[in-house]
Amino acid sequence: MITVLQAVARRDLLLARRRRVEMLLPLGFFIVAAALFPIGVGPEPQTLRQIGPGVVWVCALLAGMLSVTQMFASDLQDGSLEQMLRSPEPLVAIVAGKVLAHWLTTGLPLVLAAPLIGLLFGMQAAAIGALAGTLLLGTPILSLLGAVGAALTLGLRSGAALVFLLVLPLTVPALIFGTGAVVAIDGGLSAQAHFSLLGALLIFTGLGAPPAAAAALRISLD
Amino acid sequence: MATRLTTFAAPSRFYAAAGAAVPWCWAITALFGLAGLWVGFGIAPTDFQQGDAYRIIFIHVPAAWMSMLIYLVMAFWAALGWMLNTRMSAMYARALAPTGALMTVIALWTGALWGKPTWGTWWVWDARLTSEFILLLMYGGYIALTEAIDDPRRAANAGALLALVGAVNVPVIYFSVRWWNTLHQGSSISMTAAPKMASTMLTAMLLMTVCFWAYSFAVVFTRARAIVLEQESDTDWVRALTRTPTSEGRP
Repeated sequence: MITVLQAVARRDLLLARRRRVEMLLPLGFFIVAAALFPIGVGPEPQTLRQIGPGVVWVCALLAGMLSVTQMFASDLQDGSLEQMLRSPEPLVAIVAGKVLAHWLTTGLPLVLAAPLIGLLFGMQAAAIGALAGTLLLGTPILSLLGAVGAALTLGLRSGAALVFLLVLPLTVPALIFGTGAVVAIDGGLSAQAHFSLLGALLIFTGLGAPPAAAAALRISLD
Repeated sequence: MATRLTTFAAPSRFYAAAGAAVPWCWAITALFGLAGLWVGFGIAPTDFQQGDAYRIIFIHVPAAWMSMLIYLVMAFWAALGWMLNTRMSAMYARALAPTGALMTVIALWTGALWGKPTWGTWWVWDARLTSEFILLLMYGGYIALTEAIDDPRRAANAGALLALVGAVNVPVIYFSVRWWNTLHQGSSISMTAAPKMASTMLTAMLLMTVCFWAYSFAVVFTRARAIVLEQESDTDWVRALTRTPTSEGRP
């Protein structure tokens, strides 16, 4: 099961490496969207520091959703997805591998870019560290939930827009605990509870989402 | 018992039975609605703190109850339709969604109307308001997904999976929103009504709740019948129904 997961993840990473610009598009979206906020809200340092964590998190949510429809789309087009469903290997492992590859190509760059955006918003060093930490725990949740949404909307005309509506309401708890941790650190409090809850959420989603996405794939390709 | 339950799993039998039940549901709606409004607006005493503004509770609370209940009922029927592959349960789940969304809108709308005179604002990011709003988004997602898929079987099963994922997440969302709310602004505004509710107020609320139940049944049955006709349009009994335009179709 682990070997299947690794093989699928390696294959998807290889495919992503062949299309490097496409892989970096969510990151570009993330930076552009976050950079628009100071221009829209105004350059007041106090305001920017206050909205910083929320803006970075929401932009990361949107950037993650933007690329999630691509998780199964190209495999559907060239027919390899049907072969994966037919294979005797567990579909859950295949889905988990694809989620892992998606997180490595879109989630991880967002985590690495977040401190930079934090600096643009004038956040403190400790808060920036917390921001990167919460995103490290939070972005896998987005990839996992996004996989369910992408599998449900597979091949639909309005699939890309639909994924936003389906998945974003479910990401509310991650958003709350993620930004809550940063605000707590910024206020000199301990963020241990936030991190624990975010970790629990990640485990819960990690156990529930791959089987749900696998079931959704079977429904969509029935 | 088993035979009784599965009797209405056949769309044709459901169509006839629901058609017969709809007028009764409307009668109960009208009866209990009039009684509830009469007790609520005529007999129930004026609240000494909130004046007459509180009377919207007689619409607000039943609508909020229905909005949450209908989501669970919808998830139940959708899941049943997915697991047992019964067409009728899936159609019924789809018929429930717009009514649930409507109830959520009514609950939010009356909440805003109630909030203006008592809190001085149309909207606060209170835990209950926020989770109700997210519930509305989830209804929207379900309706959008089932409408976007052309194949009825795939639409029903995909909707069932989404409704189940949503039903699992509703408690998580509710408690996280509550936590977020207490962190941000404390419990400065609490919506809890007076601990002792006058018995006439409770009576009016229960009457209105029955009215909302009956209304939901009436509307959902009517919508489910329309869905049955649409999806079973190539069967013999629907053809027979449309060929003879007697009063058979609309009893």
